[in-house]
This record gives sequence, C-alpha cells and structure tokens, in this order.
Amino acid sequence: MHTTPLAGFTKKALLTAIGTVSALSFTAQAETTVNAVMHSALRALDPVSSSATIARNHGYMIYDTLIGLDADLNPQPQMADWDISDDGLTYTFTLREGLTWHDGTPVTAADCIASLERWASFDPGGTLILDHLESLEALDDHRFELTLSTPLGDVIGLMSKPSAMAAFMMPEDVASIAPGQPLPNQIGSGPFRFVADEYQPGVKVVYERFDEYEPRDEAPSGTAGSKEVFVDRVEWVHMPDMQTTVNAINSGDIDYIERTPFDLLPLLEHNPEITADVLDPLGMLTLARTNFLHPPFDDARIRRAALLAISQEDVMAALVGDPRFYQTCASVFGCGTQLSSESGGESLTNGGSLDEARALLEEAGYDQRPIVLLQPSDVATLTPQPMVVAQALRNAGFNVELRQMDWQTLVSQRASRDASADGGWDMIFTNFGVDSTWSPSINPLLIATGLEGSWFGWPTDPEMEELRTEFALAQSEEQRKAMADAVQRHAMEQTTLIPLGQFQNVTSWRQELSDIVEGPVPVFWGMRKAD
Amino acid sequence: MLGYFIRRLLAAIPVMLVVALSVFLLLRLSPGDPAVIIAGDMASAEQVASIRAALGLDQPIYTQFFIWIGNMLQGDFGTSLISQTSVLSMITQRLEPTISLAIAAIVFTVLISVPLGVIAAWRQGSWIDNLVMSISVVGFSVPVFVIGYVLIQVFAIELGWLPVQGYRSLENGVGEFARRLVLPALTLSSVYIALIARMTRASMLEVLKEDYIRTARAKGLGERLILFRHALRNAGVPILTVIGTGFALMVSGVVVTESVFNIPGLGRLIVDAVLARDYPVIQALILLTAGLYVVINLLIDLSYAITDPRIRY
Repeated sequence: MHTTPLAGFTKKALLTAIGTVSALSFTAQAETTVNAVMHSALRALDPVSSSATIARNHGYMIYDTLIGLDADLNPQPQMADWDISDDGLTYTFTLREGLTWHDGTPVTAADCIASLERWASFDPGGTLILDHLESLEALDDHRFELTLSTPLGDVIGLMSKPSAMAAFMMPEDVASIAPGQPLPNQIGSGPFRFVADEYQPGVKVVYERFDEYEPRDEAPSGTAGSKEVFVDRVEWVHMPDMQTTVNAINSGDIDYIERTPFDLLPLLEHNPEITADVLDPLGMLTLARTNFLHPPFDDARIRRAALLAISQEDVMAALVGDPRFYQTCASVFGCGTQLSSESGGESLTNGGSLDEARALLEEAGYDQRPIVLLQPSDVATLTPQPMVVAQALRNAGFNVELRQMDWQTLVSQRASRDASADGGWDMIFTNFGVDSTWSPSINPLLIATGLEGSWFGWPTDPEMEELRTEFALAQSEEQRKAMADAVQRHAMEQTTLIPLGQFQNVTSWRQELSDIVEGPVPVFWGMRKAD
Repeated sequence: MLGYFIRRLLAAIPVMLVVALSVFLLLRLSPGDPAVIIAGDMASAEQVASIRAALGLDQPIYTQFFIWIGNMLQGDFGTSLISQTSVLSMITQRLEPTISLAIAAIVFTVLISVPLGVIAAWRQGSWIDNLVMSISVVGFSVPVFVIGYVLIQVFAIELGWLPVQGYRSLENGVGEFARRLVLPALTLSSVYIALIARMTRASMLEVLKEDYIRTARAKGLGERLILFRHALRNAGVPILTVIGTGFALMVSGVVVTESVFNIPGLGRLIVDAVLARDYPVIQALILLTAGLYVVINLLIDLSYAITDPRIRY
C-alpha cells in the first residue's frame, strides 16, 4: 500500500504519543555495525557523474570495478581478467564466474559495455579511450572486446584508477539513462548493498553486507584482491561539527573518522583506545590555478612570476602545521608515484625566488591591475592557502584582492569565464587526491584544450596536448617516464598549475576495529570489529 | 472566538504568498548556480545546460514561480535538486528531532525561568535577585555552542552521565530518547531562560505594586498564593508572548545546537540546503517556518483569553 510521507509521520507521531512504540517496535540489530564519520555528507548518489570524492567512496561500497589497483599502484584483475593483442589494439575482457547484481541477476558483458560507455562520457581518462575507440562489443555473456584505432599505453591503468569518477560497473538499464537524470536505483554488484529505507541525504547512509558477493582469493590490497566483508552493517553518519566527532569517537559512539582534523589530533593521540594513522600514504596535492583567459595571467611570464613568488613550506605550515603529515612536492603528478618529477619547480620547494619573480613581472610589464583570488571560508583544507599565497604575491609586487565566500558560491563563481573585474577570477585553489593526478592522462588540470574540455582556468596549449598524447601512446615504462618528465617541465614553464605541497589525511579508529585495508580509498571490506 | 480564528487564518494567506514570492525571488537573485554545483568539476558547458534544462532552471523566473506555487497548492513540495529525493519526505524525516528538541527546551525554559523570575521579583534587591540576574547575563552573553561544549565536557565526558551526541527517536525507547535530549535542550534553552527570567521579573515587579496585591496581603493571604495565583496570572500575558515566539525562534534557530549535538533536524537541513543552493528545500522550509510563526502567533493570541478573562475575541 502506498503511504505518503506526511501520513507516515502522522502515524508515527500518534504511536509515539501513546507511549507504546518502544515496546512494540523492533529494529533488527545487526551483530556488528561499524559507525563511521566520513569527510563529507553523501548527497549525490551517482559516483560516475559526480566528481565528489564521497560519491567515489560510496561507489566502492556498492559497485565493483573490472580492474582493481593494489597498494603498490599496480592494476589487478577484479571483476574481469584481460588479454591484450600483440599490436596493442584489442583488449579482451573475461568476467569471472559468480558475479551477480544485488537483485540476484547475473552480471553480463552487456552491462559492462553500457557502464564503460557511460563512464567514458564523464571521465577524462575514459574520454581519452573513447577518442581512440574503434569498437566495444560483447563476444558472449561473459566476454567483451575493446578495440582501439591507435594503441594507447595505459588503458588498463585508466580503467583501474580509483580517482573520482572511477569506472564502476552498473546494470545495463541503469547505465543507459540520459546524462543529468538521477539513477533509478542503487543496485550494484559490490560487497555491500545500499539500504534505501534508511538513507537520509546529508545525515546517514547505511550499507549491509551483500551475502551473495563472491570475493577473489587474493588478499585485499588497495581496491584489488578479496573484498570479503566481515561486518554486518556499515553506517556513515555525517557530523557537521568536528569537535563533536572527536568527542563521539572518544566516548565510543562511533568507531572510525576518515579524516581527522590536524588541530584536534592531540585530543585523540593520548587515548590508548584509539589509533590515528595515515592509510593513504600518497595523500592529496594542494594547488593553485590561474585564469588563462584574461590579463594578467594570459601571459606565461606573469604566471611564472606567481609561481616563483611562492614557498610551499609557508603554505603547508599554515595548512597542516604538523610536519609528520605533509611534504613539499613540486610535481604536478604528486610525489611518491612512478611518474613523479619535480623538474622546473625547484623554487617552490626552496623557499621561493622573489627576486626572479620581481624581475619577470617587470619584464612582462605587469600594469598593477588587481588580481582576484577566491577564498572559501567554510572548507578548512582550502582556507589557508589563498591567504598565504596572497601575501607571497604581494611581496613579489602583485596587486592582490582576496575575495572570501562560501564554497558553493565559489564553485559557481569559478565557472564564470568573465574577467575578474566583471565577476570572474584570476586564481583559485583546490585539492586533488594524488590518485587523480598521478599521470598526464588522468590529471584534469593538465588538459589544455581551452574552453572545451579543460578544467577551470581553461588553458589552451597545443604543445601540452601533444605531449599528453605522446604519453598516452608511449608503450614502454621508460618512454612513459620520459614523457611524464617532459609534461612536468612544460607545465612548470607555462605554469599550467602551481603545486603548493602534498599532505596526508589522518584516519582514526577505535581498538575494536582491525585489519583495515590501506590505500587511496577508505574501504570497509577486510575490516573486522571485535565485540 | 471562531469568527476571529477564521479571520486570522484567512489573513495568513496573503502573508504566506508574500513570503513565498520573496523567498523565491531572493534565491534566484543570490549568487550560485545549482546546475554548476551538481554538474561537478569536469562537466562541459553542454552538460551544465542539459542539467539546467532537466531541473527547469532554464525557464523564465515567473514560469518557475507559477509552476512551483501550482505544485505546492497540490501538496507537491518538489524534489531536492541535490539528493533527488522528495522534499516532503526530507522535511518529515527532520521534523521530529527539531520539534522534540524545541518542546524539551521550552519545557526546561518554563520550569526554570518562570520560578526564577518570580523569586527574583519577590526578593528584589536581595542576593537571590542578584544571582538570578547574573545567571541571566551569562545566559545572554555566552554563545550557545560554548554552553553546549561546557555541558558536554562536564556531564558527558567527565561525569559520563549523558551521551555526548546524537538523537534517538521515541521509537527506540523513552529512556534513550530523553537521555539524548537533556543536554541539547538545556543548551538551547539557556538564552530563553535568561530572557524569560528577566521578562517574568520585570512583569512581576509591575504587578506586585498594584493595589489588589496590597489588598491580598492585607487580607492575610500567604505569599505563595499571592505570587503564583494573583501576581503571576496577571503578569502572564507578556510572558506567554515571549514563550510563544521563543518556541518559533527555537525551531527556526536551532542549527547551532543541532550541529554541536549532531541532531539531524530542520536547522541542519536548511543550512545544508542554502549552502548547496537546493531551491525547493529552502523554499519549502522557509514557508514552513513562516506558517509556524503564523500558527504560534494565533495560539498565543487565543491563550490570552485563557489567562486574562478580560480579553475576549
């Protein structure tokens, strides 16, 4: 019988009023429930169209991927194994046995093809594959073939990357919906099921173990290996106040905090019942981006002068403070990965080079027009950078205007392509997980195709696009490394972006939890909870 | 009385229409584009445009307004732009915690502030009066979140008597429901205790100077009877007004307490909606709040007739 929410509420109020509900009601209590506070509330449930990291994390709970990425960043078979033809053009994927959707129907090649097509329409890495795609066809229910027009060097890597907009597999009817339309359901084939009845957007998300999930035999590692679940339920509870969150884990109300604020860490580190540690050693890259469309940052010399003015150590000390959890890193890919290179960014990690910056500004004839930096007032991990950078730029001779606003206003304003004097901007700041920046193919800030396809700032740089294409086509690791280094040097010369440093998030959990899987994605498979 | 009631209800219709039009226009004029927010980092201009069209945000503003009003009149509050869930179900999910918290806070407020105000007036100038007025100054001056943190530190962390955070519905048992409401309700009521204690004191001081109080004393009536039956009842009209508007203010201004104690109520919903530019949710919540004010004001007016027999409608 269909009941309206209002009718349901009235009924509930009536029951509570007569005071018998507590005796009559019975909520099935799972044996083990992990209560976790994630870094953000989940409000949008489509992990393929949303670039929000929390949507990606949700995706890994209920969906699975064809290919996983282990803790050493090597792609591993997950839902499927693959063969590559000798000419590097044809990829044949074979789904493993026993894969089913949460509604009990089997996962088929047609589902995966529709999912890959949908993913490729949103994700830059997927778009790269799409640009070189000859065909994508099912061979039978369990096998499909992806054929390229030109051999790309990193197709498997792109399909395994655990960045925002990862290649999650969905049922064909879900993956076929039009862009902009909400997903009709939350049926995946991952190790957890989404409990729709208990979902409160912005408040709570509940997942139950999917008992029919067939895990792989290998040990869990990153997003690869076994995804066997050892707890009955996982609840993501959103707490807007971090002091409350810290109180809650200290008192045992919650078990897990995905990202512990650095300034509150001392409140947890003295508690022997709580472990606070880094689960993702790569962490996040924080960076600045200039607007290439308008003066003064349409001039590469002035962009470079801005870069030379900045000292990463100053930025990271203000942002993180505790040197255990940050390092300077001038690589546009982030440090600690196979492709990391810091060529051309030495001044950033050596305290800046104000004299060079001033000289370059003079040479470029900077006319003292104000440059507008947008500063979010309500995102703790993005508020300090604009202040530190603004002062560094003033020291170099820039005329700086710092504009403060809430994050969502900033998100809208950064889409403006107008000049800063007309409501646009000159410099913005953002953080990306290194899982989203570690190669020229996936780093969205390196796309330099102008107004179509580039990230905010909209650089047009044919040479960068040529280098990125050469990287994508490189077949050997040596070639790929050399091309990545060339991209790094070019990005520093053109100041495609300004790396401001790298930091690690600290996860905290109570002693009842064990066997937590390390990696760029906070996952809840493999985890155990003692009574 | 019935005629007055109906007239007041009819008078609320233009008020609600003005509120609806104002909130609709203000939201459309404020910076921030929901389509850009929903589209995410990598969306093309075409994708943003298609989302805008799918949400109906590409229509002229007057068209959007009439569609919204038309739907509201049919009981359709719309769908959240961000979570794609029904606005009505979002509000009903959040209504119970906020109403429970506001009722508990108003009960604490009345139980604590009225006796304090009466006693302070009765013993004007004494140390009791000074103490009550000092507590009142503290209640006014200290921010609500500081009071919340102090109460958590003392009663939840140090003494361990009460939970540090969270809300449990009555469905999960009266005991747990009440335990989790005590600290947030005390926190929320702190400023209202201060306000109503002062109001009660001032109102009582005026009444206690009246001739009929002197007459009552001359007749040999006990002080308790004089204070609570004769004086307080006559001083009640302004106190009732403040309590009533205080309740409406609690429902609409509960966000800090809800955040500090992690209570998933209407306050957090409206802040989240404003930050995400979730127009249908904001519009529905503001209309709901405006409606609440209209109803509470009406109830306050009707209650005057109960406390003061001279007032008739």
